Amino acid sequence: MPVRSTDPRVTAGVIALAVIALLIGGAFAGLVVEGARDPSGAASAFDPYLLRVVRFTLWQALLSTLLSVVPALFVARALSRHPRFFGRGFILQLFTVPLALPAIVAALGILALYGRAGYFAGILSQVSGQSWPGIYGLSGILVAHVFFNLPLSVRLFLEALGTVPADQWRLASQLGMGARPAFRLIEWPVLRAALPGVAGLVFMLCITSFTIVLTLGGGPAATTLEVAIYQALRFDFDPARAVTLTLLQIGLTFVVVLALMRLGANTVGDANLPVAPRRYLSAGAAETSLNALLIIAALLFVAGPMAATVASGLGADLGRLAGESAVRQATLTSAVLALLAALLSVALSLSLIMARRALALSRGIGARTLLEHATDTGAGFVLVVPPIVIGAGWFLLLRTVSDVFAIAPVMVVAVNAVMAMPFAIRAVRPAYDAASERHERLCAQLGISGWNRLRLVDWPSLRRPLATGFAFAMALSLGDLGVIALFGSDSVQTLPYLLLARMGSYRTADAAGLALLLGFVCLALVLAADWLGRGERT
Amino acid sequence: MTSARKAGAEKGAAVRLEQVSFSYGETSFVFDVEFAASKITAIMGPSGSGKSTLLNLVAGFETPRSGRVLIGGADVGAEPPSARPVSMVFQENNLFAHLSVERNVGLGRSPSLRLTAADHAAVAEALKRVGLAGKEQRLPRELSGGERQRVALARVLVRDRPVLLLDEPFASLGPALRDDMLDLVAGVHVERGMTVLFVTHQPEDARRIGQNMAFLDNGTVAATGVAADFFDRSGPEAFRRYLGAGPFGDGSRDVARKRT
Repeated sequence: MPVRSTDPRVTAGVIALAVIALLIGGAFAGLVVEGARDPSGAASAFDPYLLRVVRFTLWQALLSTLLSVVPALFVARALSRHPRFFGRGFILQLFTVPLALPAIVAALGILALYGRAGYFAGILSQVSGQSWPGIYGLSGILVAHVFFNLPLSVRLFLEALGTVPADQWRLASQLGMGARPAFRLIEWPVLRAALPGVAGLVFMLCITSFTIVLTLGGGPAATTLEVAIYQALRFDFDPARAVTLTLLQIGLTFVVVLALMRLGANTVGDANLPVAPRRYLSAGAAETSLNALLIIAALLFVAGPMAATVASGLGADLGRLAGESAVRQATLTSAVLALLAALLSVALSLSLIMARRALALSRGIGARTLLEHATDTGAGFVLVVPPIVIGAGWFLLLRTVSDVFAIAPVMVVAVNAVMAMPFAIRAVRPAYDAASERHERLCAQLGISGWNRLRLVDWPSLRRPLATGFAFAMALSLGDLGVIALFGSDSVQTLPYLLLARMGSYRTADAAGLALLLGFVCLALVLAADWLGRGERT
Repeated sequence: MTSARKAGAEKGAAVRLEQVSFSYGETSFVFDVEFAASKITAIMGPSGSGKSTLLNLVAGFETPRSGRVLIGGADVGAEPPSARPVSMVFQENNLFAHLSVERNVGLGRSPSLRLTAADHAAVAEALKRVGLAGKEQRLPRELSGGERQRVALARVLVRDRPVLLLDEPFASLGPALRDDMLDLVAGVHVERGMTVLFVTHQPEDARRIGQNMAFLDNGTVAATGVAADFFDRSGPEAFRRYLGAGPFGDGSRDVARKRT
């Protein structure tokens, strides 16, 4: 269908791309300016310590991936083998919670459970025969990463297993396949196909993980590039070093993303719950008990930190916290910034989605233009350039011209908005494309375009998916401790920032109370997002 | 509203395609044909012969690679679909699912749905004409398939354009219902006298209301003429082959629900 080049949807997409380009370009400008000012400083940052940081970054990501993905294969298989048992739906729902939970809340929950003064400290001391040292360092990072990525991997593998056609299962049962041959011949091929994508996604998430490493990593021995960037800027104030670290991080993520794209990985991670198809193979007693054991172990591992968060949160003096002006101020700041970030995120996402569709329609079946490619994958840039990197670039750029802490709100809103775009796009794009498929010719015929189209046609059919994207973006933004860690100050504090400060000053009960509040709000938002998205599908 | 509309609001306008070429992937089409003003022309042909493409070119949903599309003598090539003196009814998706019947029809008067008292009256009148009085506030999902197409026809009435394009709009309806709809189209045609181009797979449909016929084959117009002659023994050879054996050929096997 011919779409005039002045289609407002394309214009909106170009503006959205310009905003993203400005955000990323500004960060790069900061790096280049700083690097040019002090090239020898940047070069001298290559020292044994830096190499150790790089090595640790890769090493912890590799271990985290292995520990998340391999058990997930078996847990997913166990769940798919038993499509109906009491609590299955609950377990799957619980497995979506880590997606909603801010990293700092999870970190606190893990400390409350396995920390030096955690609920398990007593037992662990007795078992190990010495006073339990707590779970800082590599072990803490691994536990936290597995807490986040095991459920994610399980869901993705379950989705893959859901693609096995029912007929194959019927056939398998007719041929009398046992558990082992069925795994080898039916389940393993689809799992193996999904494996590189899932492992790649987890590796990527772990390599760019900031909050977990900041809160659970212990000292210079357990520091990743992102945390080192933060330390270089906030503590050592060594901009030249920050430049080197940032460039290394970009190089690293770039290589990983490239590899991921080669593998055809799904780089966003879906929040959808897979449905359970009917199964025709019945599991024997031995297999059933083994599966039950696997599922219970995974359940306890995932539920533990959540329960600990709730328990220790309730133990805090919530009444006093609620009355504290710092807490109130941080709550307000968080709410406003997250609201704005979510609005911006959804607006940018919708612009890209509309432009992509309009360009695809006008192209027919010819080759895609560069612009269309950009509207398709533009939001993906944020994966190559993690929030801390963008923050660091702008921090370096702006520190010479103005007070960096004064622009904190702008940075937090902009970076969080762009960070949430892949998720918002995922929530909205299928609905928009489907609606466009139905309405495009009708709108062209009746001359419904621009604002009229948005008001009369697009908004009514996109309300729910937009709300899903909005709630999700808001949850991500609320819980984020990335940019705010760089730009936060006494005058601009969000809840995660305040939480980090309370942890830093050993006011653990306060931190636990705040974590409960934050976790609860984010969870409510993501559940709302899920519910809204589901309503649309039926 | 456009000048083309003023020129032909009362009567139909002739539709002419002059060496219009178009290609979609491997398939290419060349149309050179004129459809007489104020007549109902049934357009038939095998799947993929270009029937829908021809209508899309007239409506402006597709842009020809070369050639001219003339409606009432005026070249409409540069005009967007909404500015052409044309209304089109598709096989499905003629209505916005979230808007009431009344608002769906009202969109034919104003794309921003800012309707005057006269517009409201016209909408009510059109709905009455197609037999949907009393169902103004229903949503499309509360209507039957036939009723939904009646809403689309009501919108055609309030738009009042000199050319009406029907792209198998009744293909998914049962035989009795389809006949009712065809009679409704014929009745509206008598009142308004617009030019109707009507794509169908059913020879009965063409015989029932078609005055003229156009037969498409291999991406081009293979034959045109008066409908009665087409179904005669003297009808074009290719057309008779397409229909196959049977009363007027049992061509209805080819078909019924093509996805558009």
